[in-house]
Amino acid sequence: MFGLGILTGLIVLPLIGAAFILILRGEDEATLRNARWAALWTTIVTFLLSLWTWSLFDPASASFQLVESKPWLSSTIGYKLGVDGISMPFVLLTTFLMPFCILASWDSITHRVKEYLIAFLVLETMMIGVFCALDLVFFYLFFEAGLIPMFLIIGIWGGKRRIYASFKFFLYTLLGSLLMLLAIMAMYGVAGTTDIVTLLKTSFPAEMQKWLWLAFFASFAVKMPMWPVHTWLPDAHVEAPTAGSVILAGILLKMGGYGFIRFSLPMFPLASHDFAPLVFTLSVIAIIYTSLVALVQEDMKKLIAYSSVAHMGFVTMGLFAMNAQGVQGAIYQMVSHGLVSGALFLCVGVVYDRMHTREIAAYGGLVKRMPLYALALMVFTMANVGLPGTSGFVGEFLTLLGAFNANAWVGLFATTGVILSAAYALYLYRRVVFGVLDKPELAALGDLSSREIALLLPLAVLTIYYGIQPGAILDACAASVTSLIRNYDAALAATKTAALLLN
Amino acid sequence: MYSAIVFLPLIGFLIAGIFGRALGPRPAELITTGLLILSAILSWIAFTQIGLGHAPMEVPVLSSWISSGALKVDWALRIDTLTVVMLVVVNSVSSLVHLYSIGYMHEDPGRQRFFAYLSLFTFAMLMLVTADNLVQMFFGWEGVGLASYLLIGFWYEKPSANAAAMKAFVVNRVGDFGFALGIFLVFVLTRSVSFDQIFASAPGLAGKPLHIFGLDVDAMTLTCMLLFMGACGKSAQFLLHTWLPDAMEGPTPVSALIHAATMVTAGGFMVARLSPLFEQAPAALTLVTIVGATTAFFAATVGLVQNDIKRVIAYSTCSQLGYMFVALGLGAYSAGIFHLFTHAFFKALLFLGAGSVIHAMHHEQDMRHMGGLRTKIPVTFWMMTIGTLALTGFPFTAGYYSKDAIIEAAYAASGHSSAGVYAFMMTVIAAGMTCFYSWRLMFMTFFGAPASHAHHGDHAHHEHHEPHESPLVMLVPLGLLAFGALFAGLAFEGHFLGHAYDEFWKKALYQGPNNHILHDMHDVPHFVGLVPFFMMVGGFLLALYIYVLRPGTATRIAKANPLLYRFLLNKWYFDELYDLIFVRPALWFGRLFWRGGDGWIIDRLGPDGISLRVVDAAQRVIKLQTGYIYHYAFAMLIGVAALITYYLLGGVH
Repeated sequence: MFGLGILTGLIVLPLIGAAFILILRGEDEATLRNARWAALWTTIVTFLLSLWTWSLFDPASASFQLVESKPWLSSTIGYKLGVDGISMPFVLLTTFLMPFCILASWDSITHRVKEYLIAFLVLETMMIGVFCALDLVFFYLFFEAGLIPMFLIIGIWGGKRRIYASFKFFLYTLLGSLLMLLAIMAMYGVAGTTDIVTLLKTSFPAEMQKWLWLAFFASFAVKMPMWPVHTWLPDAHVEAPTAGSVILAGILLKMGGYGFIRFSLPMFPLASHDFAPLVFTLSVIAIIYTSLVALVQEDMKKLIAYSSVAHMGFVTMGLFAMNAQGVQGAIYQMVSHGLVSGALFLCVGVVYDRMHTREIAAYGGLVKRMPLYALALMVFTMANVGLPGTSGFVGEFLTLLGAFNANAWVGLFATTGVILSAAYALYLYRRVVFGVLDKPELAALGDLSSREIALLLPLAVLTIYYGIQPGAILDACAASVTSLIRNYDAALAATKTAALLLN
Repeated sequence: MYSAIVFLPLIGFLIAGIFGRALGPRPAELITTGLLILSAILSWIAFTQIGLGHAPMEVPVLSSWISSGALKVDWALRIDTLTVVMLVVVNSVSSLVHLYSIGYMHEDPGRQRFFAYLSLFTFAMLMLVTADNLVQMFFGWEGVGLASYLLIGFWYEKPSANAAAMKAFVVNRVGDFGFALGIFLVFVLTRSVSFDQIFASAPGLAGKPLHIFGLDVDAMTLTCMLLFMGACGKSAQFLLHTWLPDAMEGPTPVSALIHAATMVTAGGFMVARLSPLFEQAPAALTLVTIVGATTAFFAATVGLVQNDIKRVIAYSTCSQLGYMFVALGLGAYSAGIFHLFTHAFFKALLFLGAGSVIHAMHHEQDMRHMGGLRTKIPVTFWMMTIGTLALTGFPFTAGYYSKDAIIEAAYAASGHSSAGVYAFMMTVIAAGMTCFYSWRLMFMTFFGAPASHAHHGDHAHHEHHEPHESPLVMLVPLGLLAFGALFAGLAFEGHFLGHAYDEFWKKALYQGPNNHILHDMHDVPHFVGLVPFFMMVGGFLLALYIYVLRPGTATRIAKANPLLYRFLLNKWYFDELYDLIFVRPALWFGRLFWRGGDGWIIDRLGPDGISLRVVDAAQRVIKLQTGYIYHYAFAMLIGVAALITYYLLGGVH
């Protein structure tokens, strides 16, 4: 189509859906229903298209595939797209989760429905763009512009303190990304291009790498979020509507991790090596600190949000371990966390839609009335805890193994996370699901509706399937990760040789 | 066939779990139980072929699991003698417990769920014992933990059951923390996690120094100690034992299956399976012996004074697991596994017997409210008697062979190690206490006057229920287990320990060239074999005197030693101690980090502070727009503009 490839299709498709919803007139029930169906079909078709993309993708190759390139701002700032083994899983995760978000908002969003759906579809475009962009400026645009729909979703359809939460979200991310913008300019100054493929082959001077690394770090660390810049996340989650939380935890948090793998590690290997202890420290603090905080939460969403921060700690730790297990584990952990935390937020949404409270103390004994719900929540809780046989285990195990290889202390402290996560997750489960159902307002609760089953069942099946057969994702990124590590080690070795020669 | 043994219970779980509600309780019970019996029969066939026969060891690979860099983990079934012994234990007990539960749980509305969980547990346990690598073992390890969690909390409306379930999972996770670190360390040392490779590398690693955690340690010693930490958690050894007595909140068949015969012995199985590693780490083996001996003694002391019939047996289990670790730590792996094997029969028998008593007493578990049941439930009484005889090591019953072997091994080792002396003393003393509390249980429950009259006064609705004998479906499993408790020792001693050792084990257990313990323990002086016998007789006579001949003595002794009594009754105050040093600080730190760290420091200095300034500035400067989106779009615009300006001004480089 116009000389553009399948990736452009992935990016444009949600926009077409959004445009269609935009031209729908009227606010009556029939129109809204049409809008919902249009959004759902758009996301489903996009997902199918991404599956087709996957079938075209060759996991054995480490290079970028399905590349499309057009001059844009100039010959040096281009419209360039492509995927490799690192971005492919994230594209799939994004397109896979979107239909769930639309479906999860089916009944719970009742005002400004069309705008809501448009915001989500635009958000999808932005997120796919982030993972496909092969031009730094282009990446930056998607990376930042994606915040606008999210900002609106929290600010308009959020809870009581939505203004505070969206403001906090905005402030944090803005600060980080401005620094990244400066770094991008500096990189352009050195390399004369913003083409990511070229930049990956450029070696920046060691001193400069430090500053560039820090600037990118500011942006990605906020996105992850890493301790201590994580405090926007619990607030954002608590105030966001269910689908907003799903996307926030499922995809937006992964942009930080993706940024580390795409830019920080391969482009600034020397600085990454130097700063690895810093990242390890922050990761370990995140794992222990936020797990303990999760233990004392009284709000279900906040608890899961803090647990997300802890899980992202495993990701950053694995990435900077810079060995095959660590990096592949981190990618796996991100995909798995996308499924599991998304599902957990959906589970909170299920009871929130019925009771309109997220307070843990308002529940208890739900298994009596909602056995299916209890089962679903058990599956995702166990995946969150990292029980072997669920996808959560593979990522956690690999990142810990990688970290232990890189630095035994880090492995030791981070492994305490397995104890703490069991404590807070089961404590939540016990208070919500077990016990005597003695609160009168809970007595009439209905179990999962067929729509809710349709939401949770695929996620549960995938969570278990990827726990037993993680090969599909691990193999997809294996070649790219191997080459990433090879180049990283080569860069470090080259510097070492240079230093020896100078001496 | 091996796949069938392992996956039949999984099929049962899936059928009962998914279609249980549609099928109704009876079909779910019959399907799970039927599949388990089939699996048990196949296990015995495998046992005769691999253990008693000459079929070679097999490791069928099912599929690959995790593959990343040097790490390759497969789903595989490792079938050697050690595995088939465990298959027999797990599937025999599990199928009998399934059968028994049809009777025991017949009034429970959640029966399908119960049977599904039982089958899930069995599957996970089978994955554990057939594992060919550490990670699959960890899968089974945590899988049985999950099933145990679900079954302890089966009666989810009981707050105590929920607390116990969670405690079991979390305490086990503490052990798993060590297990996981052990796996990581094995991978660091050998670049592999599969048994064949790590066993092959182990001799080369003996005595290898390792600099880790700022210390210079012996690599294998640290590895084995970390792995043993996992074993301690699962097998409820001293310091990580606190979850096991609480786990008695689950239905009694669960206690018999999981918390007596199978899951809690997984720690012992692990040490035996990893004997090629432990043999290279003498210091770690010494630790195993000391922990085991301490547990054997400690749990027995607590068992002396408990009043809940299931808790007495639970502490007894804990104590017997200590015996197994003593044997393993001394290098007598086969003796440890032999005790595991015989213990499975008589302890499952005791638990199911206790279940039958509880069933007869309408869910009364306090022995002080029992008494004189001998004539009311005679079959149960005789079965429990057989179990007690086997547990206390009455000559020619199963426990006699295995427990005496351990005590002899401890004596044989005491010649050259002080840990052996300690183990010998502790196991002998514990043997006497074992006999005392076992007969105390029997006397309080089955002898004396029916003590339930006073109790009936409090609960008027019980008055019409006379204790009644259990149905046949519960008594048949008791009978089969009693058969095992009587003859399992006699029949297999030669294979596990004696003349047929080599043909039976076929190198499934490894003993280093300097490990002569099996030989030495046959050469101990004759009196060593008599010591546990005298301890047994002494324990029996003491219990007889205190509880039958002079009733009331127990109360007098307790009154005379109030401090000691309370110390034992409160289980050495471990729960209180852990609450004080772990649980409360964790919650305290959580609140501190949340309110103090996140709220007071980070937010106040960070976003809230800045946003206050920004809001100030925004309100003063920008009165044109009120939408917050404006700020953001504006900032982005500036960013893009700056970039383009830079690019235009900078020109082409």
